[in-house]
Amino acid sequence: MSFIVDYYNYWIVVFLMMAGFYIVISANNLVKKIAGLNIFQTSVFMLYISMGKVAGGTAPIVVEGVEVYSNPLPHVLILTAIVVGVATTAVGLALIIRIKRAYGTVEENEFENSDDAI
Amino acid sequence: MAVLIDLVLMGMLAITALRVIFLKDLFAVVMLFSIYSFVSALIFVSLDAVDVAFTEAAVGAGISTVLMLGTLALTGRKEKESKHSSVLPLLVVTVTGAALVYGTLDMPPFGNPENPIHQHVAPRYIEESPKEVGLPNMVTSVLASYRGFDTLGETVVVFAAMIGVLTLLGVRRNEDDGAPESGLQSHRVLHVVAKVVIPYVILFALYVQFHGDFGPGGGFQAGVIAAAAMILYALVFGLPLAQRVISPKFLQILAPLGVLLYASVGLVSMLKGGNFLDYNRLAHDPLHGQHYGIIIIELGVGVTVFAVMLSIFYAFASQAERSNVQ
Repeated sequence: MSFIVDYYNYWIVVFLMMAGFYIVISANNLVKKIAGLNIFQTSVFMLYISMGKVAGGTAPIVVEGVEVYSNPLPHVLILTAIVVGVATTAVGLALIIRIKRAYGTVEENEFENSDDAI
Repeated sequence: MAVLIDLVLMGMLAITALRVIFLKDLFAVVMLFSIYSFVSALIFVSLDAVDVAFTEAAVGAGISTVLMLGTLALTGRKEKESKHSSVLPLLVVTVTGAALVYGTLDMPPFGNPENPIHQHVAPRYIEESPKEVGLPNMVTSVLASYRGFDTLGETVVVFAAMIGVLTLLGVRRNEDDGAPESGLQSHRVLHVVAKVVIPYVILFALYVQFHGDFGPGGGFQAGVIAAAAMILYALVFGLPLAQRVISPKFLQILAPLGVLLYASVGLVSMLKGGNFLDYNRLAHDPLHGQHYGIIIIELGVGVTVFAVMLSIFYAFASQAERSNVQ
């Protein structure tokens, strides 16, 4: 049991990462690809935050009488990464809107075909 | 007990991700994604990352869902059936996943205080930051003071993303009076509730902004929450009205202003004879200097994030409205 608890978070992270990866390489629709990319991204967030956890610790805000705190460094990295992540996702979605306007579709195989026609 | 909560929430996250793979209805994908964000926020709380949970909840519910829905309004909500076989991607994913799981067996066990990650700079941050920086919230100390360079870089990236979106989608002057009614004009209940809720959301954003030194919060969270309040306003009362309250032009001034505010703190500390972003030089007492520095740069971050998020939303929403007219 303790073996499972020790590694459970990492396995879920791997699963999420692979789910996102699968969506990115297999999905035909660009919006869905972005959703897959986001799942991939959150899996990395999970990995960092899981590593920062200290058993029996508390949130890294000083309180009297508390000795054990979780590691604040991964929190800082991931906090900024989330906001940067949504900003870059927005750029990706904006590109999709332009692709839709230029090709009339956001399905990958369809605009590949229309590229051949040109 | 905490372990059990973690097990269940992580399991829910995995199931949500699995469902996203098989759904062809993209509207449902976006909604599931919103749930996914909330579950991850809960996991962050249970793993002691309250600041991160805050950000994830505000971003996942308030911003990214709305942006994705805006994109769907333009691109259609159904994914077409793919003609490619899914055997090869499945094979690639399985092999990579197996390799990664094999790799995790070498990872240090979850939650052990002896793990290498807790041995290097972390003890210094935990033990010294309340004395050196003088703030109870270590995340804010590390974010704004020890890693101030890094955060400046992140703020610039967010700003660059806004430039990217505006270059791609353009900014439309919304002056034609013949614009059709937008927003949810016929929903009285929504109007009344939104009018009551929005001022408190903005007030809460200000609290998160200025209380971030002492509790969970800070510029990133406050900026996102305030932008979410304005997005709610625009959704309920219509884009033209929202753009009259805060015009896109104003936001384009506000966004670089926040970055400049941040960077100018660094310049002032250089003029006072210290290093770039060395807050100790800002006042006679180093601790006071740290306080001033952190409050100002957090304000810069908050202003930039708010302006960027809102102008990205404006860009998407005006695209969606234009396509509705046509």
